[in-house]
Amino acid sequence: MKKKIKLTIMSCLVVLIIFMAIFATYICPYDPYEQDLSVAYQAPGLEHLMGTDAYGRDMFSRVIIGGQVSILSTLALVAIIAVFGTTIGIICGYFGNKVDFVVMRISDLCLAFPGLVFALAVAAILGGGIVNAVIALAVISWPKYSRVARGLTLSIKDSTYIEAAKLAGDNSLQIICRHVIPNIIGPIIVTATLDIGTMMMEIAGLSFLGLGAQPPVAEWGSMMSNGRSMLQTYPWVVLSPGIAIFISVVIFNLFGDTLRDAVDPKNVSQSFSK
Amino acid sequence: MVYIIKRVLQLIPILFAITFLSFAMMRLAGSDVVEQKMLNTGQVISETQLEMAREQLGLNSPFLVQYFRWLGNLLHGDMGVSYVSGKDVFETFVSKLPATILLTATSIALTVIISIPLGVISAVYQNKFIDYVIRFFSFIGNSLPNFFVSLVLMYFLGIKLGWLPIISKDINSTSIIMPTLTLAIAMSSKYLRQVRTTVLDELSKDYIVGAKARGVKFSITLMGSVLRATLVTIITLLALSIGSLLGGTAIVESIFMWDGVGKMAVDAINMRDYPIIQAYVMWMAIIYVLVNLITDLSYRFLDPRIRLGDRES
Repeated sequence: MKKKIKLTIMSCLVVLIIFMAIFATYICPYDPYEQDLSVAYQAPGLEHLMGTDAYGRDMFSRVIIGGQVSILSTLALVAIIAVFGTTIGIICGYFGNKVDFVVMRISDLCLAFPGLVFALAVAAILGGGIVNAVIALAVISWPKYSRVARGLTLSIKDSTYIEAAKLAGDNSLQIICRHVIPNIIGPIIVTATLDIGTMMMEIAGLSFLGLGAQPPVAEWGSMMSNGRSMLQTYPWVVLSPGIAIFISVVIFNLFGDTLRDAVDPKNVSQSFSK
Repeated sequence: MVYIIKRVLQLIPILFAITFLSFAMMRLAGSDVVEQKMLNTGQVISETQLEMAREQLGLNSPFLVQYFRWLGNLLHGDMGVSYVSGKDVFETFVSKLPATILLTATSIALTVIISIPLGVISAVYQNKFIDYVIRFFSFIGNSLPNFFVSLVLMYFLGIKLGWLPIISKDINSTSIIMPTLTLAIAMSSKYLRQVRTTVLDELSKDYIVGAKARGVKFSITLMGSVLRATLVTIITLLALSIGSLLGGTAIVESIFMWDGVGKMAVDAINMRDYPIIQAYVMWMAIIYVLVNLITDLSYRFLDPRIRLGDRES
């Protein structure tokens, strides 16, 4: 019962964050891109909750708009890799053979490099931009899902209900859609949820290095990077987006942990939770 | 022995694939390196000059020819010259290594010092107050991006308290503290959880009860048997971390102006300095492959129950 309450609270917080990201433009008290040098570098106060930056832009509005970019691109990234990786994993697990061997070696290669290094290289080739940062991270992150999906598919492939479906004349596609996917989707969703926080930090990291979102687009990582030189004199310019990242990551991580405990404490092993 | 040879032979196609990929990636990048190089010098240049430069760099030959020429040179230890500085890539690379190796060593050491005792304490006092406190901090540490940690450390230790230099002008005992702390905070929060889980697993085994029944002091069981059993986990984690740390932590090195390979890679990427990027990717590949090999082999010495070769499946 206690778990249920916890899950409800965490779900509400997650919905709230996503809601804020989607309707960011309506929540901002000021125009996040409007420059007004007469109010540059104001300390946080009632007028400007998080102060203003070098161009007099309201930090609170920029943090909220930045959340739109950071959070929506993270969710898009996780959705892409979860769907793509799972599809590949199911195909490998269900059909096996040569395809399986080749795809698993490719995923070995992708897993080989430490994530950010490879993403750096991909982002460097494609150039900056938040879409390219998402592509770069997607290229290196899908194998995790194909590993999980493949393992789960293998574990249920020979079970009697699949045999029964085969005898009843279902073709492979029908079996995968009706029996395989519903049975393996739980752990995949948990893995994806636990991944959101990490991915958010990686996107922000790429942006911080100048390989993600480009100025003037407000994005938490690039906002922190741009404000770096002002750390000494106007720390709020750097710390507000940092705290925003931290809070969002905490909420998504807590949600992931709660969801994992609620779904099945045994089913998802520790190794996927990082 | 057969297993070791087999493992080493398996590395060859992997390394080959990685060289090809890293070469292809950079060549297909789309942005014109010659223009980039000329732009870096800030001069106005004509199309003929561009063409000459392309010819000189061998960029007009077919792709595969370029690849094999590059691979051949690589085998002779010749990685070309940097497009930006004009210096030898291999020498540039080697000159950046000591800083990264030093940072790797200090942050691994600090991580071990933090995460093993805390992980063990957390497991021994499971669900007691101290366990909750440790887990709370590990959760917080896991949710902080390292660039945020760096900046917060800079703000408090460097600016507010003025204890440490903000930017490392050179490598010395004070400039290494903040980058080390940043890396160790992130790694320890991750690893003390793993140590805790492993110790909990171990503590629930029968031999612990057996030892207790024989009157062996708990601290002796803990220090002797339990710690030894958790070594496999710890070694795996450390190996993985050493691998990624030796690659230079791009973000932390850039923030603290730590002159290692990570910062070199970021700079090279921004300048589209392909030879340096390629050298970097090759370095990462070699580290990864070696670390994996050593980890697999070290299991055997730590836990004879693991039969090498079985791990393949």
